[in-house]
Amino acid sequence: MSAREEILSRLRTATRDVTTPAGSRGEIPRIATVGDSPGATLELFAENVADYRATVQRCSPADVGGVVAAALARAAAHTVLVPTGLDPAWVSSLRDSGIRVLADEGEDGGPLRADELDGIDAVVTAARVGIATTGTIVLDHEPDQGRRALTLVPDQHVCVVRADQVVHDVPDAVALLDPSRPLTWISGPSATSDIELDRVEGVHGPRTLDVVLVEP
Amino acid sequence: MPSFQRAAKEALANTQQRRNLAHATATIRAKRAAVVGEVDRWEELRVAGADAKDEALHHLPHYLEQLETNLTARGATVHWARDADEANRIVLDIVRAKEAQEVVKVKSMATQEIELNERLEEAGIHAWETDLAELIVQLGHDRPSHILVPAIHRNRAEIREIFRREMGSVGRPAPEDLTDEPARLAEAARLHLREKFLRARVAVSGANFAIADTGTLVVVESEGNGRMCLTLPETLISVVGIEKVLPSFEDLGTMLQLLPRSSTGERMNPYTSMWTGVHDGDGPQEVHVVLLDNGRSHVLADELGRQALRCIRCSACLNVCPVYERAGGHAYGSVYPGPIGAILNPQLRGTGSEVDKSLPYASSLCGACFEACPVRIDIPTLLVHLRTQVVDEASGRSPEATSMRAAAWMFGDHRRLEAAQRAATLGGRLLGGRTLRSVPGLGAWTQARDVPTPPRETFRQWWARRRQDDPGGAPGPVRQQDGTSTTTPEEET
Amino acid sequence: MTTPAPTVALFATCFNDTMWPEAPQATVMLLERLGCRVVFPREQTCCGQMFTNTGYADEATPLVRRFVDTFERYDHVVAPSGSCVGSVREQHGMLARRAGDAGLAEAAERTATKVRELSEFLVDVLGVTDVGAYFPHRTTYHPTCHSLRMLHVGDKPLQLLRAVRGIDLVELPAASECCGFGGTFAVKNADTSIAMGSDKARHVRETGAEVLVAGDNSCLAHIGGVLGRQRSGVRTLHLAQVLASTEEDPA
Repeated sequence: MSAREEILSRLRTATRDVTTPAGSRGEIPRIATVGDSPGATLELFAENVADYRATVQRCSPADVGGVVAAALARAAAHTVLVPTGLDPAWVSSLRDSGIRVLADEGEDGGPLRADELDGIDAVVTAARVGIATTGTIVLDHEPDQGRRALTLVPDQHVCVVRADQVVHDVPDAVALLDPSRPLTWISGPSATSDIELDRVEGVHGPRTLDVVLVEP
Repeated sequence: MPSFQRAAKEALANTQQRRNLAHATATIRAKRAAVVGEVDRWEELRVAGADAKDEALHHLPHYLEQLETNLTARGATVHWARDADEANRIVLDIVRAKEAQEVVKVKSMATQEIELNERLEEAGIHAWETDLAELIVQLGHDRPSHILVPAIHRNRAEIREIFRREMGSVGRPAPEDLTDEPARLAEAARLHLREKFLRARVAVSGANFAIADTGTLVVVESEGNGRMCLTLPETLISVVGIEKVLPSFEDLGTMLQLLPRSSTGERMNPYTSMWTGVHDGDGPQEVHVVLLDNGRSHVLADELGRQALRCIRCSACLNVCPVYERAGGHAYGSVYPGPIGAILNPQLRGTGSEVDKSLPYASSLCGACFEACPVRIDIPTLLVHLRTQVVDEASGRSPEATSMRAAAWMFGDHRRLEAAQRAATLGGRLLGGRTLRSVPGLGAWTQARDVPTPPRETFRQWWARRRQDDPGGAPGPVRQQDGTSTTTPEEET
Repeated sequence: MTTPAPTVALFATCFNDTMWPEAPQATVMLLERLGCRVVFPREQTCCGQMFTNTGYADEATPLVRRFVDTFERYDHVVAPSGSCVGSVREQHGMLARRAGDAGLAEAAERTATKVRELSEFLVDVLGVTDVGAYFPHRTTYHPTCHSLRMLHVGDKPLQLLRAVRGIDLVELPAASECCGFGGTFAVKNADTSIAMGSDKARHVRETGAEVLVAGDNSCLAHIGGVLGRQRSGVRTLHLAQVLASTEEDPA
């Protein structure tokens, strides 16, 4: 008997007492808090993102490029990576700011190798959804965000979130996401509390997370 | 593996570890309480979490097959492992086929349980732990003592020493001027591990959740070492206990509220990665999932005990446990310490060994763990359930069993109890009401506690005497309005 | 009191009956003072908790039968012990079912609904918090685990204590942490038990209280044993003794 057959047979025997069919628990409860208003939800989002040591800046659509460039300058980034689908207007603002703008393209013509990524200071992406109660940003790695490695290896991640992308609670985000995409949930910069439970920001992922919240 | 009692006695003598643990658990308890307090509907979430896990466990064959179908459709290869040996063999074969000399690892309880690192090392393959605490444990040739913060028993000075002594022999050495500042220590780990991340071709992970209706695996972490392992290498092998399955992607709406708040005391952990098989042009292009039984089907067969498989490894029960806080994680003789370990180890391994026989008794049944558990595992009830199993499997000839039977016989009839009490109170009168400092046979009690002597008169004797003083029978004012409840024979003496 | 006072069957518990008769005695005095008629069914022995929690379910099962036979006829059963009431409510049905006796399980569960720990009975059934007690001492209260987390008595004992005339009630640090008694645990894991008891005793001494009060004499014997060994001078008293205390008859 194969391992698969043997395990499944053990499990059928172990659950002989169960008489209900699968799915009989009914509807999955959606336990979520609700914001008093879209404005309050945005406030909460900004507050919680900042609480986990990320910077939050709010601006209008016209100012995004400038705000992003300023965030990169603050962290003294010389090179910045932009995914292919990033808003061209933001990219040209970055070029105008004098920072070196790079695409995900390595020496061999393919995507950047890990060691090439390691030499780049920062990355700018859009996002898929923001969650107010937890201060979380979720990426689904569409072309305006790029593949997963891009937001992982560089030291700084500047993430642009539109106000209409911010939902109130975790179940609202889960309902919007497409499970067939790779998904990365980000809440503040990387951190560890492994040494005496003393929290340290900036371990293997980006040390700096800048969130730009765009309001119409 | 010594019994819990003996290992705990040793651990209690380690004052440094006790201080580290008391500080750490108090810190994390306070953080958890704060973020759980922010959620109005926490109890509803707990119930929903327990229901989601129960749905999966009660129909595990159905959901595992669904998971397998979805994973396979998305380009992943699914393997099934009956036990640790089989799982290790599967992983080793894949690593060899890739001709890799090393693997990078995401912290995974399942791979610790099957001792995968040791098996890989025996086969000449380096398994690099990349979680900071796991790195500390691995470099220190140590064992983890906590589910969430495996090096909780180490303080900063000890960690600095381990890094300085050990890093150089397995890769980039620690900086010469390394201090014991946590930020500097974390930086040293970052530098040491980055070269390994950048060159690794194979990664091994576990999973926090495996979603049946989509084939999605989920890893919840903080440092980004998980993302490094899950994203950069070309081959990814995930070892997943079969109890990790969740019926629906929608269940994450519940679980991702319960887990971070219960575990690290954060509203959300810094990074959660979700992937569904192979994603074209993004991340590992060869994805393996090893579904591990290793005793879980045995746990599932116990109708009461199976709720232990709901565990999402958050470690909230450890952090509130007064026994864990004092005895430390190593006393539990397993990668699963604390209250959950006290039930899960004997359930997975049986109660044959000395340590597994002792674990169900490693609790004062105070109930703090049940209160903290985000998926409502009734650990105290399961501890008692397992104690019964230990007693039932024993010969019944131990001194304890003999005295229990004698006591049960005495309590079987109130006249026998009264006869025994007369002997005890007579003893009390002979001792003249002094407090005792040592009593033969009560050594364990009297080493730090005084023993009360029996009173001169039991309650029953007092009651009988009082009734004789007051022949009216029922003392006190009788204000019965309903006229029921006359004195019944057994209320008289 | 507006409601007619009921007849109450006292469940003294074997430990109190044999070792700490002052607690059930005080319970009788207090309930009679509040106008109840107290009866003591003499056939009672033990709820079986020690057997159940040590793994001797077979030995505990006949005690469930005995408990039901003794108490099922009463509307109200009161015990000065959180842990014994917890055992009756949480374990009796389970034990009977394990023994395959559905009838007993049903009777045990029906009986258990009428069994209350003293503070529950006073606050929930009699509807009193001021029981007319007088106790002019600096006192701290330890909520025992079973009363807190099994019975969920909440702050009922504290409501009763706050209403005691003359009392100086001080808060116990880390109050809800287990004292380390745990029945069989105190003997099987004596070292850890004593470490926990010592921490609890330290917190008690930090309050400067002269009296430590709790609703379980088993836990009090453990903490009191540590306090006594330390020559701390702190007295331990059962909640019933404080509530029964008056100017004429002080505890």
